[in-house]
Amino acid sequence: MDDSKFWPQGVKRCKPGMFIAWLLLPLALGGWATLSAFLCLYKGLNQTNMNDYFAFGVWIVVDLAIIALGAGAFFTGYLTYVLRRHELKNIINAAVIIGFICYSGAILMLGIDIGQPARGWFGFWHANVHSMLTEVMFCITTYAIVLIVEFVPLILENRQISKVPDLAIFAHHLHRIMIVFAATGTFLSFFHQGSLGGMFGVLYARPFAFRTGYMIWPWTFFLFILSAIASGPSFTTLIVMWTEKMSGRQLTSHSVKMLMGKISGFLLIFYMVLKTADTAYWANVTLPNMGLTMGDLYKQGPYGEWLLWVELGLCGWLPAIMLMFQKVRETYGLLALAMILNCSGAVFNRFVFTIQSLAIPVLPFENFASYLPSWQEWGISAGVIAYGLLLFSLAYRYLPVFPQEAELNK
Amino acid sequence: MSANKGEHRFGMVIDLDKCTGCGACSVACMSENNIGTLLDETDKIRSITWLRVYQIDNGKAFPDTQIAFIPRPCQHCEGSHGHHTPCVSVCPATATDYDETTGIVSQIPTRCIGCRYCVGACPYHARYFNWFDVPWPKGAERGLSPFVSPRMRGVVEKCTFCYHRYQRAKNKAFLEGGSVGEKDYQTACTEACPSGAITFGDLNNPKHKVHELAKNPLAFRLLERLGTNTKVYYVSQRDWVQRKLDNYLAGEKLPVKAAS
Repeated sequence: MDDSKFWPQGVKRCKPGMFIAWLLLPLALGGWATLSAFLCLYKGLNQTNMNDYFAFGVWIVVDLAIIALGAGAFFTGYLTYVLRRHELKNIINAAVIIGFICYSGAILMLGIDIGQPARGWFGFWHANVHSMLTEVMFCITTYAIVLIVEFVPLILENRQISKVPDLAIFAHHLHRIMIVFAATGTFLSFFHQGSLGGMFGVLYARPFAFRTGYMIWPWTFFLFILSAIASGPSFTTLIVMWTEKMSGRQLTSHSVKMLMGKISGFLLIFYMVLKTADTAYWANVTLPNMGLTMGDLYKQGPYGEWLLWVELGLCGWLPAIMLMFQKVRETYGLLALAMILNCSGAVFNRFVFTIQSLAIPVLPFENFASYLPSWQEWGISAGVIAYGLLLFSLAYRYLPVFPQEAELNK
Repeated sequence: MSANKGEHRFGMVIDLDKCTGCGACSVACMSENNIGTLLDETDKIRSITWLRVYQIDNGKAFPDTQIAFIPRPCQHCEGSHGHHTPCVSVCPATATDYDETTGIVSQIPTRCIGCRYCVGACPYHARYFNWFDVPWPKGAERGLSPFVSPRMRGVVEKCTFCYHRYQRAKNKAFLEGGSVGEKDYQTACTEACPSGAITFGDLNNPKHKVHELAKNPLAFRLLERLGTNTKVYYVSQRDWVQRKLDNYLAGEKLPVKAAS
């Protein structure tokens, strides 16, 4: 079996046997996810360990995390096509694929997470314009369509598909108007990243999540946008670095990675200044007005103050400062480390807003309830990762994702 | 959506010093509203109790121990400071609604998509998700109330202040040419309470008992400081009970001074 005629021009890929062996991992995880999804859809959400105290569980954490990390697509697209940072063209394809994986994966997951999946469209039909979740639903769905439009020309550039003249012309024209989709994607993404933050900030009866804000937007609205655009480019770069390690081939020049690191770093510094100010205001003004101190919210079960230090210190300020230094960005390992910490910070942030917000009882006489996801919940979470591995592996093997690859590996 | 513009503002006053914790209100509520019993009812954070009775104590050792029972229906928040009701404003599918003519927070189970955002938004745990299908025994349909639809798996449900009783009272008033009187519309829990701890009526109507009871200087609301502006009032002479029903900073005084 020889599939080399489908490979991008001028590059090498591993033998088909090795590729299929690698795919066994995502396929196995996919099998686990399929069984989990079947059980959850057939028997209901009693297959999870969620309950009326933990109305959201690991799925929402994964959803929010991958949507934040997938922000590399829209923000890199914005920088490449709208602000004309042409050097980013060497990584934009990877960013688009990762964005597509993250968003479509999140939508698939949400389809299982709701108690009545067949009614998912009610959010559009009976839309409540006051709900941040309505805005999230509209923007994520429309942005997923934008991502498909951005992904299609890349698929059409496959060596064999592009031999069909009509498809090649179609792909060419799509490329020419990509600025329109990049701008649309940026607009939509800004709003839903913000709405995802707004979802928690508006919960004024949940002191852990509630934030004051500007007009109808709580501060979390702006903070979620910032943390997404700070971590998204890092995540894209990390995936590229991981693919380089796996394939043993350099895929983009280091200067491109350094630029992504610099963008991440500056945005992260900006985010951390505002996030620290927000936390201080919340702790010293918002909470006391509700009769609470910050210590009251960090004493339940494992949800101690260590979470705050890990999120803001280890995975916030540390990578922000690291990425400011040229020497860190020049060193492959240190750049990767700073980016890992940066992405972990975004995941931690989504975790505490989803889980800790619900874990802390508001009623003074209410007991703390614990939550650990069931194997079905882990199965579906693993399924999203498997879906990403499968799709990105196939894209890397058969599509011209990295324009510099042939040149860098001569 | 949040401001009450109607003539009615139905609410409840619960005298915690009269409540014995018998649970008759909960049972009456379950029977009235077709709330089923699951195969395993031991997991209380997955079973459904629209009106839950909490037991609290003063934290002191015997012989100074005191206990109190807190019946907790949906608090039917109105919201304040420009806020919406915590749950109504977040529902993406308009499956829960604030009725401006009555002040009742309603739920439309057949429109609910089961996202559970409202469950997370409610600090009172008054919203319940149907994690399971109710295993109704054969013939149980004959014992169900025809006025309330049983809910299906995967949707959220909650106390509606027995809204179907209000609809019935309205129909009666229409046919008889009068208006809905205090006795015409009472919730099942109010009727079932043997010690008369629960009083229900129109908070806006000076002829209704709740109108005066809610103005009692000993009346307070659950988590009042959050600004949920609820329509369920609690009354207690006991200082520690009041203090246990909201969050206070160390050394902070109660907003309403209890008698003892």
